[in-house]
Amino acid sequence: MTRPIVALAEVGRTFGSIAPVVALREVDLEVDVGEWVAVVGASGSGKTTLLNIIGCLDRPTTGSYRLDGMDVADLSDPQRAGLRSRDFGFIFQSFHLLSYRTVLESVMLAEVYRRRPRAGRRDRALAALEAVGLEGRDEFLPTQLSGGQRQRVAIARALVNGPRLLLCDEPTGNLDSISAKGILELIRGLHSQGLTIMMITHDPGVAAWAQRKVTIADGQLQG
Amino acid sequence: MKMLTREAAEVRTAEGVQPSRMWFSDLIFEAFAGIFARPGRMFMTILGTMIGLTALVATLGLSRTANAQIISRFDELAATEITVSSRPAGEGQPANELPWDASERIHRLNGVVAVGTLSAVDVKDALVSASPFVEPGHRSEFKLPVEAASPELFTAVRARVRSGRLPDEGHSQRADKVAVLGPNAAEQLGINGVANLESISIGDEVFLVIGILEGVERKHTLLSSVIIPEGTARDLYGLRAPQSVIMETDVGATPLLSRQVAHALRPDAPLGLKVTSPQQPQPVRSGVQSDLEVLFLMLGGLSLIVGAIGIANVTLVAVMERVGEIGLRRALGATRRHIASQFLLESATLGLVSGVLGACVGMLIVVAVAAYQTWTPVMDPMVPILAPLIGGLTGLLAGFYPALRAARLEPVDALRAGM
Repeated sequence: MTRPIVALAEVGRTFGSIAPVVALREVDLEVDVGEWVAVVGASGSGKTTLLNIIGCLDRPTTGSYRLDGMDVADLSDPQRAGLRSRDFGFIFQSFHLLSYRTVLESVMLAEVYRRRPRAGRRDRALAALEAVGLEGRDEFLPTQLSGGQRQRVAIARALVNGPRLLLCDEPTGNLDSISAKGILELIRGLHSQGLTIMMITHDPGVAAWAQRKVTIADGQLQG
Repeated sequence: MKMLTREAAEVRTAEGVQPSRMWFSDLIFEAFAGIFARPGRMFMTILGTMIGLTALVATLGLSRTANAQIISRFDELAATEITVSSRPAGEGQPANELPWDASERIHRLNGVVAVGTLSAVDVKDALVSASPFVEPGHRSEFKLPVEAASPELFTAVRARVRSGRLPDEGHSQRADKVAVLGPNAAEQLGINGVANLESISIGDEVFLVIGILEGVERKHTLLSSVIIPEGTARDLYGLRAPQSVIMETDVGATPLLSRQVAHALRPDAPLGLKVTSPQQPQPVRSGVQSDLEVLFLMLGGLSLIVGAIGIANVTLVAVMERVGEIGLRRALGATRRHIASQFLLESATLGLVSGVLGACVGMLIVVAVAAYQTWTPVMDPMVPILAPLIGGLTGLLAGFYPALRAARLEPVDALRAGM
């Protein structure tokens, strides 16, 4: 049996110390290599906090998070940043593209914090853009693209470093149904190539695309 | 895609996890991209610092240029001249008279080239005339200054003779009634040369004109004067003592000689004499100038501080505006240090650009002012080199707080802000 890529054990996250808000309580979750897991929950259910903890953008208050069997709590901040640059790819609901950078530059930006050589960076970015179906648009600015195309740029940016885990925060939340379907098909294609995917959404229809579905409410995983 | 099919995991240890790192060239690129994304705003941001550095560069350049100009105008002629005259004596005190042997006394000093004595002769209201006849309707009598000079005075003022000769010691000893005319006086009197043994009358006394001057380098009043020997003035007009001593010195000897001459002339009462040498007004002038310079430098410094606050302000606003970008960069693997470095570099670059522009505009001002004044622009080569450095340093200091704010942002909060 293979070791799970992500293993959360009794993870809790509390915000604030004077009037503490509990965002997560005693979450146990394992994600295996090659899985596509959807976390479904209403807004305020703690699903984004869960994704942030898995993506090493946030630290749990209690419990332990093991990535490939290694306790992430033992890592320094720069090491966690290193994990984000190499092991994780992030996709956000509002795309998070820099308005003053072209499509190509946006994708190339992902390599900056990995200290990958500048030589070949352009080719790697072009390859990633091609993989998401955006060939020929590399000199466009985000404002010249549709929502679906912007999300594809974001996916190319997440893929260019060859992540082991793709973390998607409401990837279709700002898209019309046709664009959303295109993005989900793209993600399914990535999954079929072996990429591990974790996706959070409030939409059960989107969650249905995933291999496994977990529901979260009031900071606790259900069932 | 091959890169997606990485197989699971060997056993990982915390020590094995590489921290996030970036190339310095990438850092520079990111900082530049951040600045030049909004060129209009960039220019407004650097305006204050730029004006400050312009003021500094222009002030330093202009003072250097003006100083060089004063030095070049400060020529050899003015630098080798000393004039001594007597101060008016107090009531009941003996008059501070110059001695008749002033030339001999001063020649004992080192560095003296020529010494002469010159006195205005009080001829009462006597008019000078070239013709013994008074023609009605034709003016032939003039009010001309009459000066008594020692023979060597003509050397001391570097007089050039157009016609005739200069009086010598013999004329003075015999109290000969001879006169030398300045060129303007000669023209007024209608005397062109000495070949016809022209004579003039001063009041009732008749003088033989033995020479006409071409010009003088010092004491330009002599150009329109009638100059008679000292002995003559003593004899005829009761000149009691020479009124002034005019001397030419070796180059560089004036400061020392101007301290010595009063003692040499009147060892008993050196304070009664007034020694004038061109060095004296010089420190006053440069004093005034350095005051102005300090004022401008202070204004420039002040403007630099205001400019730095401007950069800090705009960088802070930019940090607030770019919270989403900071979140994204953190998600892509940027550490706090990377974020801080980028914003520091951005503000330092803003300062550097303002320094370069300030140095350019400052130098243009110096050149323009110099061209207008027909001066030679002079600039310390370090000034245009230092200006961008000072600008960069200013920007770096200004960016410190905004960079700290940017680095302190939690990635989760920054991402929530959206783009």
